[in-house]
Parts: sequence; structure tokens; C-alpha cells
Amino acid sequence: MEITLRALITMIHGMLFGAFFLVAIYGLIVELSRSAFVEQPSRLTNRGYSLGRFYLFSMVALGWAAVLTGAYIVYPWYRAVPPAGVTDLALYPRYLLKSSATTSGWHDMGMEWKEHVAWIAPIVMSMVAYVLTKYRLSMREHPQVRKAVMAFTLVAFAAAGVAGFFGAMVNKYAPLNGGPTIHLMGKSQ
Amino acid sequence: MNHSEAQSEKQSATPGTLQLPNGPAGAAILSAGAGCTFVGILTVVAGASKPIGKWLMFYPPTGSLSGVSSVGILLWLVVWLILAKRWRIRTVAIAKVNATAFLLLALGVLLTFPPFAEFLQRK
Repeated sequence: MEITLRALITMIHGMLFGAFFLVAIYGLIVELSRSAFVEQPSRLTNRGYSLGRFYLFSMVALGWAAVLTGAYIVYPWYRAVPPAGVTDLALYPRYLLKSSATTSGWHDMGMEWKEHVAWIAPIVMSMVAYVLTKYRLSMREHPQVRKAVMAFTLVAFAAAGVAGFFGAMVNKYAPLNGGPTIHLMGKSQ
Repeated sequence: MNHSEAQSEKQSATPGTLQLPNGPAGAAILSAGAGCTFVGILTVVAGASKPIGKWLMFYPPTGSLSGVSSVGILLWLVVWLILAKRWRIRTVAIAKVNATAFLLLALGVLLTFPPFAEFLQRK
């Protein structure tokens, strides 16, 4: 079982950073929804607050890691220009997608939207993490702030979802490969 | 400002108290909305103007995306810093701030949507 370096880094970008970021936002949406219906809010211990801060910090870090690895490591491989005369576009995903009318939409619509809308999610979730940390004891006294946090979190979830969906589909139709091969297990060729 | 008002503001600025003013939250929320709009505007402008698109290529392998994201993030942080300083101990009209911020956020998402961006770029 082998994997190329580019495929591995793409997997880390999408399935580790991106997917866990999405799951973390979903977890926060569940917690924000649940806490809106609590009659008597429980007071956490210092350890409890520390864990909450760690969760928020990790979520934001995952979001920034996803967009930064995507933009500065994976995206340059995706948009690499094939040298003149090259007919096998397997190592040039952008050109592979654009070479056929049945796949060009995954670039024109999918990648073009994904590469920009993805940045909205970590920007928004950084704000959410800051507000939830600063107002951790007094959120019930600021219902409007709570509503804004919830609305922004839902939009960030949608933005991250769009980025994740198109990332997965682009990689399905034009998988990123190349670089050294890493042998994972079993017999190597 | 008399002594009791000063005392009240000092108390309200203490993190974790019930009297925490909503200014810092308003600053964070509004600047996040503005930051998303900046990213959207830069996305459209980079595609519409070749000189600007070229200027935004901070890291050529990523094209103008490096400049769009870097400048967008920088502007977001600058707006946040300015608003956070101004609203540090203030109570703001949070409903208006939220509505404005959400409109900016929605505009940011819309501007990154390729069909809409291309319509604005006359492509």
C-alpha cells in the first residue's frame, strides 16, 4: 500500500484539518443550540473552562491550518502548468478538469468558489471563539450577541461545507498525485 | 465623568462579570463581517483588473489568491483593532451592529460566488 506525497498532504489538508474543522463547528452549533434552552446554567470549574477554551482554540487552529495548507501547498500543485507537448494531464489537475466540457465546471464553479469562500470560515470562527471566551460567564446577559454568534457560526459551517464538498469532488475527478511515493504497508513494487 | 461612572465602567470592563459591555463583542462581530466583505471585494477586483490581480500575486504559485487572502485578513484585523479600541468599554446598539455585520457577511459570501463575481467582472 503506497501513497504519493502530494496525495498524502492533500489528505491531511482535507480529511484532517478540513473535516475536523467542519466537525468542530458542528459540535459548537449543537452546544450553542443546547445551551439556549438551559433554564439554570451550570457553572464550570476552571478545568472545565480550560477545556472549553482548548476546544475553541483547536477549532480555530484547524480552520487556519486547512486554508493555509490548501492555499500555499496544495493549490500550487493543483494549478501547475503542463510543459509544452505534454498530453498526459494526470499531474496537472486544473488543466485535466478544463480539458473536458463534462469536468470543467468542477474548476470554473467548484474550485473558483472553494478557494475564496473557504477563508470566510476561519475568519468567522476566530471571532466566535473570541466572543465565547470573553463572554463565557455573561452570554445569557447578551442575547443579541448569542444570536449573532449562532448566525455567523451557521454561515461559517456552510462556507466550510462548500469548500469541503468541492474539494472532495475536485479531488475525485482530478486527484492530486506526484512527488515521492511513500510506502505504507505490504510489499512495495 | 464622575467617580461612580468611572467605577461602573471599570467594573464593566472586567472580564467575566455580568456587566461586561457589549462593545468588544460588537467590534469582533462587525469586523468579521467586514473582513468577509474585503475578501469578496478583493476576489472580484483581482479577477476584473489585470494590474490589481498581478499586484495581488504575493506568492506567484498561488496566483492572486495569496494577495486576496492576505490583504483581506490584514484589513479585517486592522478594522477589529480600531473598533476594539473605540468600543472597549462601550455599550453599542448591538442589534444594528449585528444586522450590518450579517449583511457584510452575506455580501462577502455572494461576492465569492463565481456566477455573481463574473457578472460583476462583465465576463
